[in-house]
Amino acid sequence: MEPHILSHLRALEAESIHILREVVAEFANPVMLYSVGKDSSVMLRLAQKAFFPAKIPFSVLHVDTGYKFKEMYEFRDNLVKELGLNLIVHTNQEALDAGTNPFKLGTQKCCALLKTRALLDALAAGGYDAAFGGARRDEEKSRAKERIYSFRDKFGQWDPKNQRPELWNVYNAKIEKGETIRVFPISNWTELDIWSYIEVEKIPIVPLYFAKEREMLVRGNNVIPLEHNYPIQIGEKPEMVKVRMRSLGCTYCTGAIRSDAETLPQLMDELVQFKRSERENRIIDHDTEGSMEIKKREGYF
Amino acid sequence: MSVESQLLRFTTAGSVDDGKSTLIGRLLYEAKSVYEDQLASVQNSSVNRSTGPIDFSLLTDGLRAEREQGITIDVAYRYAATPRRKFIIADTPGHEQYTRNMATGASTADLAIVLIDARKGVLVQSRRHAFITSLLGIRYVAVAVNKMDLVDFREDVFNKIQAEFLAYANSVGLKNVAFFPISALEGDNITESSPRTPWYKGPPLLDHLESVDLVEARNFTDLRFPVQYVNRPTLDFRGFTGQLASGILRPGQTVMTLPSGRITKVKSLPSYDGDLAEAFPPMSVTVCLEDEVDVSRGDMIVDPNHVPHVSRRFAAKLVWMHETPGEAERDYLLKHTSQTVRAQISRIRHRIDINTLAEQPANKLELNEIASIQVETRRPLFFDSYQQNRITGAFILIDPISNATVAAGMIEESTAESLEPLKLGSLEFTGETEATVTPAERYARAGHYPATVWLTARQDLAMLLERKLFDLGCQVHVLADDRESHLLPELARVLNSAGLIAICSIAAPDPVEAERAAALAGENRFLLIDPQTLPVRDEEASEVIMKQLEDRSVLRRKERFEIGEGI
Repeated sequence: MEPHILSHLRALEAESIHILREVVAEFANPVMLYSVGKDSSVMLRLAQKAFFPAKIPFSVLHVDTGYKFKEMYEFRDNLVKELGLNLIVHTNQEALDAGTNPFKLGTQKCCALLKTRALLDALAAGGYDAAFGGARRDEEKSRAKERIYSFRDKFGQWDPKNQRPELWNVYNAKIEKGETIRVFPISNWTELDIWSYIEVEKIPIVPLYFAKEREMLVRGNNVIPLEHNYPIQIGEKPEMVKVRMRSLGCTYCTGAIRSDAETLPQLMDELVQFKRSERENRIIDHDTEGSMEIKKREGYF
Repeated sequence: MSVESQLLRFTTAGSVDDGKSTLIGRLLYEAKSVYEDQLASVQNSSVNRSTGPIDFSLLTDGLRAEREQGITIDVAYRYAATPRRKFIIADTPGHEQYTRNMATGASTADLAIVLIDARKGVLVQSRRHAFITSLLGIRYVAVAVNKMDLVDFREDVFNKIQAEFLAYANSVGLKNVAFFPISALEGDNITESSPRTPWYKGPPLLDHLESVDLVEARNFTDLRFPVQYVNRPTLDFRGFTGQLASGILRPGQTVMTLPSGRITKVKSLPSYDGDLAEAFPPMSVTVCLEDEVDVSRGDMIVDPNHVPHVSRRFAAKLVWMHETPGEAERDYLLKHTSQTVRAQISRIRHRIDINTLAEQPANKLELNEIASIQVETRRPLFFDSYQQNRITGAFILIDPISNATVAAGMIEESTAESLEPLKLGSLEFTGETEATVTPAERYARAGHYPATVWLTARQDLAMLLERKLFDLGCQVHVLADDRESHLLPELARVLNSAGLIAICSIAAPDPVEAERAAALAGENRFLLIDPQTLPVRDEEASEVIMKQLEDRSVLRRKERFEIGEGI
């Protein structure tokens, strides 16, 4: 008899699928947050598997700041067609029209308006009682204590001291009207698990993750994308640099990393060599020590 | 890390200052799961509680409040990987008031690391950790005797702790306990055998974590598939989805669905990656059955030869997890696998002092208390004891008003009857286990369990009851009084063995015979009807008895249970 043991990736997959099904079975109106990034791609594949042969039985919601990479929008629109997804795009247009950007308001305020506010508005507008997110506990210290079912009050806020204990695979889905649960099916995956799974499953991802000569602005240690008219200072000049994005966000706040990794195996080799965590090129986490925790309390994913 | 590496979930338990965070920080560091910028952020931190250059504990303390207090206050999950294994670490606080968090971290763990400070030895807290580890059914325990550097790596110190802990571990039923003399701060016996403990012949801690047997711990024999969600994309496809709790599923296999008791076969196991030849725990799969069986969320697909207990009443151990005390006869929601039902704690048998294991009487349960209780649910659950099955033996209680998760429960060894062999004159009836037709198969066909109803001085009622049960589809037979041979209990038992409900109608009370009948039928399957409390009218009385049969789960007519149910 074959030894009946699942590899760690298949065990993680089984856990995530269980969570996806549990939410669809217990909530009236779930939605999946879709960020176009690699974690979102994995989430969609898991959802396809969970409900095969049916189509994914919920909408996907893209909270679009308007400042994403062009390649992300293209990738998103193709995938939506291919998988027959019901995509909802929500933008805080009012804030954008008022000229919200990180240069004018600072990264914290910009995120608060274009991401957090937009997300809360979108969830309220859709009347969703559960929202899947692709956050992982290995990303950042305050995420390590996040539950799989993360309870949010009527204002979408998170109280780290008042989380429900979560035992076994028995999740408490009880909420009152107006309250919501954020659900993190890939909580227990690490960055390397995500890449391994993408490789094993041949999951399509945005090409920005792979190294290519790109026109960038080099400023000190930062390699900055130029899309959306990044404000160049006097004396600075764009240059062609072989780079890739380790995580995808808004072009203004996502630094690129110099890399030669053009394929998945190369990329994973690079990752194993890596000594820097993936959110490190995100400008937002660094504002103050514990800044992610503050954002999460306010309703950020 | 290879794609084929295995997953080990472990939890850590230690008291404040045992060096738990330092040990985890060290394991992460040694398994190269710490990034440079995280290390830099720790090095830049204004706090350094250690005497060394790097305070490893800061790698794991997440939230601001606890960084300020220097105490881990909530379960935090960490990840590390070696070429052989991936580790999910539930870092749980050891502080007195946080039993709740330890139970949470322990619930999913295959192994527990219990930290003991070599200078302090086995403390009350260490015993508490051992008890909770045992309560939550963790299979392996690794006792890390830490701060060996502060006791000059003395073997006698280590041996004394080992002997003392082992004695306690045995008393709470822990098996597979291994001991490691370590210094988390200085790295001794973490990844490599330390030259400073030449007397220690065992492996370093990480080696142990990489090699404990994970296959042996799983149950591949008793099929338990709680149905989570019914997938019906088209009229001709009906897939029952869920995560296998135990047992193996293969196409062609005979299965039983609960609560209907229908026997059918597995048609296929369709998946995104093609049809599966088999499925085993903890896989999440989709099952298609041969017959059109009515199955919905909360139902369970099981092995007809090893059916779980089906009952509305059971004994359990409970960890109370909320500031609002738990009380008997209050309404709670109970979530067990994929089923949520209304439930009550029908009785608090006793509270267990986790330091001394003493059983104490209790009227209510306070936060972090552990108790032995009796539970009654509105609808029957399909369960095994927690010792046998960590999924079908576990449940949570939810407060229906605040929606808070207030308790975690572990179902205890069921009090199900074990029947005495029956001898009748020279005839000996074989035990059910040797029979080729199993009780489960009888259950499946009859749609009910066998039982003996003991009815005194109500002959007409006995006949009416037989008619009503028969009309419901039950197999039932009335045995009239026999004052000569005194064989009524034995005859009832023979009918029970054949899967029937036996109605013993006797003319006058006979406690001795009733007692024998109870022993032969088994306590759960014997219904002694008290003539004093029974309605005078036969029609009403028969309804009362039927209700009692439902309460005992002898009858499990779903439609009867579901009237007015709703959660």
